Amino acid sequence: MSRVAAFGLGAALVALLLASLLVGPAEAGPFASLRAFLFGGEGPLTLVMREIRLPRALLGAMVGASLGLSGAALQGYLRNPLAEPGLVGVSGGAALGAVISLQTGFALAFPLALPAAALAGALCAVLLILLLAGARGGALTLILAGVAISALAAALVSLVLNLSPNPFAASEIVFWMMGSLADRSFAHVAVAAPFMALGVALLLPLRRGLDALTLGEDAAASLGVRLARLRTMLVLGVASLVGAATAVAGAVGFVGLVAPHLVRPLVGSRPGALLPAAALAGAALTLAADVAVRIVAPERDLKLGVMMALVGAPFFLHLVWRQRGAGA
Amino acid sequence: MTLLSLSDVTVKRGGAAALSGVSLEVAGGECVGLLGPNGAGKSTLLRAALGFEGFSGRSSLAALRPAERALAAAYLPQAREIAWGLSVEALVALGRLPHSERDAEGPAAVERALTRMDLIGLRRRPATRLSGGEQARALLARALAAEAPLLLADEPAAGLDPAHQIAAMRVFAGLAAEGRGALVALHDLGLAARFCTRVVVLSAGRIAADGAPGAVLTPALLAEVFGVTAYFAETPSGPVLQPLEALR
Repeated sequence: MSRVAAFGLGAALVALLLASLLVGPAEAGPFASLRAFLFGGEGPLTLVMREIRLPRALLGAMVGASLGLSGAALQGYLRNPLAEPGLVGVSGGAALGAVISLQTGFALAFPLALPAAALAGALCAVLLILLLAGARGGALTLILAGVAISALAAALVSLVLNLSPNPFAASEIVFWMMGSLADRSFAHVAVAAPFMALGVALLLPLRRGLDALTLGEDAAASLGVRLARLRTMLVLGVASLVGAATAVAGAVGFVGLVAPHLVRPLVGSRPGALLPAAALAGAALTLAADVAVRIVAPERDLKLGVMMALVGAPFFLHLVWRQRGAGA
Repeated sequence: MTLLSLSDVTVKRGGAAALSGVSLEVAGGECVGLLGPNGAGKSTLLRAALGFEGFSGRSSLAALRPAERALAAAYLPQAREIAWGLSVEALVALGRLPHSERDAEGPAAVERALTRMDLIGLRRRPATRLSGGEQARALLARALAAEAPLLLADEPAAGLDPAHQIAAMRVFAGLAAEGRGALVALHDLGLAARFCTRVVVLSAGRIAADGAPGAVLTPALLAEVFGVTAYFAETPSGPVLQPLEALR
């Protein structure tokens, strides 16, 4: 990534973090808000800034970066610009875990029961994927295993909704699945952070291998890339990032698909260099959408996932339209 | 110096042997043409030599750790894959991946490979926007940029125009002249006869002949292995071999 592009993305991210801190239902001017945030004070504004808006902004950036990074890694590995984090079935597993906990009431058992159940669901999905697509087998096995697990998870979620005797649980489930960052706390940040850090640590070393995969699996292997190891690290890395993101924010689509596309031209299409760039772009996108839901409908609790899809899908269409003539 | 040594390499695929009991050595200074009709096992031999194909027997390259093997031999697969629109220059630089992160020779090696494959004018172009033949040259330049002691190339001349076919073969012969080695799967018997120091002919997974092109590429062998007749001549620019009629 050129220095100018990196600086631009970084600046956009900082601006959006600030915007995320300054937008909210609490009526306060930006300067008063910032003063309360930085220097504290007795008033409720300090509490709002530090305990409500700060974790929300941090989670937005973390969730977005996780999804962008995972999307870029999967697209690089599968050599397919349509790959997205949901493809490996982990978000489906996480959703199923969350839905079961909401339905059974386990979600109310202790403060972080819901994200914990989602993480457990994600873990089951990963184990199943590794079992199905094992150490051998290529990219295609991974896609097929992911599609099968996603379908199974979606079917089970529907089953839970179908059989739900409790309309309140059902509506809660539907709303959770739309994805949101509202009313999150530092406890959520603390739950997600270790898994996200693990995911980043697993994925970033894969940059050279993903670059080599531009030439196909045989050529990459001849360049010294250990494909089986790369794939295992990729699956585990994507799983911890997407599992953690889904656990704290619900299902937020399109970030993992669109963010890599946005910044691919900035890195000369190199799949390795795309990883950090897509993480930055994903964070910026998610923060922008989360600011937008608060500005567009402050009273209505518009869901982040809905906003993302509303903006993301037409944007994706635009990209497809523009690339039509380019051939690649 | 021996760069590749295969002994008794056998590859089984679904019961049938794709390669049976192949023993072969390639030394520095040799440009070896690997010939044979479709399905004779040329690609299988190259892939087995690198350890990408399960085999019984011994291959000196497959015995190495992946990182060491990548430095010992560069490989150009038959399938020409370029997934993303990298610039030609960045694509060729991928050949330097096996070298350490601080690769002082890298930029110069990439420059030499671009020059050898006549790609200087295309270096900033996205590789996906090139024509098929240009992509083939870019991928060959990628394999050359590694400057490994041994080059394994699977049909590198296919799809190139005549001038670039000759240029590519001269590059392989040049590698041999520098003391490096090349093992090149080819379909063009004429190019093999002219530029290779040695040819190995595969037929149904076995080595049918191995030796200097003049000694190996005889009317009897061409009839038996390839099922063709051919015109032979000696010219000032080297031997000429042009297949004429299919016998089967």
